Amino acid sequence: MNKYVHKNRILVAVLMILSFNTWAADQSELLNQYLRQGATSLSADRGQKLWYGTINGEAPFTKRSCTSCHTKNSKNIGRHIRTNKAIKPMAPSVNPQILNNAKKVEKWFKRNCKWTFGRECTQQEKGDIITYIQTQ
Amino acid sequence: MKKNIVSSTLITSTLIIIFLVFLNSEEVLSDDDHYEWGLSSFKTTDVLPVNNAIYKEECGSCHMAYSPGLLPANSWKKMMLGLENHFGDNAELDAEMNKTLLSYLIENAADHSEYRRSKKFAGSLANKAVDRITLIPYFIRKHDKIPKRFIADNPKLSSFSQCEQCHQKAEKGSFDEDEVNIPGIGYWED
Repeated sequence: MNKYVHKNRILVAVLMILSFNTWAADQSELLNQYLRQGATSLSADRGQKLWYGTINGEAPFTKRSCTSCHTKNSKNIGRHIRTNKAIKPMAPSVNPQILNNAKKVEKWFKRNCKWTFGRECTQQEKGDIITYIQTQ
Repeated sequence: MKKNIVSSTLITSTLIIIFLVFLNSEEVLSDDDHYEWGLSSFKTTDVLPVNNAIYKEECGSCHMAYSPGLLPANSWKKMMLGLENHFGDNAELDAEMNKTLLSYLIENAADHSEYRRSKKFAGSLANKAVDRITLIPYFIRKHDKIPKRFIADNPKLSSFSQCEQCHQKAEKGSFDEDEVNIPGIGYWED
């Protein structure tokens, strides 16, 4: 085998391992951060209740839930309720990258909690929801 | 030998001149949608195709990342100030990201663009501020013959917001009428 190609493969493998580690670290670091900022033990059950809970909102979307866009099955492709644009599945079992960027997770929590619940989510709620999503 | 060089230079420059004249005539003789000279392959696009990865990522998650050339600068400024209530959705960005994207939008806004349809968008507004692409007079004029059942009452669309559903090359910046294929309806003939 060409020495150069071989070298490249090793480099790619090393990069993949490194980036996987960073992602995994990102995820647990985020949960640890929530715990440091007031969340107590995290619960997938509570997360699931939040995920499927329905909240009253303004017309035309008077009933709001995480599942309004992400559908009742988090392994499915979601649909933006207003624009109909496809949203990648939330379940890590079918979309392994979904929770791997802490900044992105925080951005969407901020936007989507405000739309769905009419307020920002607490660190406890965010931690519980992630813990639930991790089981999917 | 010398004669050969002179004549080939002459031929080349004549060809270049003819080519340039053709390009210009295309601009002059074309109406809104059709090119008389059949040289449309030389026309690149109608509006700037989105060429900024951050913008595409940040503004293309819930809807198509609209070309900055579809709204004038003052409309983009107003929009980026109100992302907490973005047509009923929360699309908040942190301040730094907001600033980065706004400068991309302003730089390439319809009233700062050389693209053909961007100029028409901006021109038809005459400095009026609108917060939606669909409120621009040029947009309205271009879509007023389409029956309601094709868009608003079409379960696959429900509004004009998904350009790319009908304009198949929208994301490449092309909005030619011949490329329109309405979901559930078919190719559009004026």
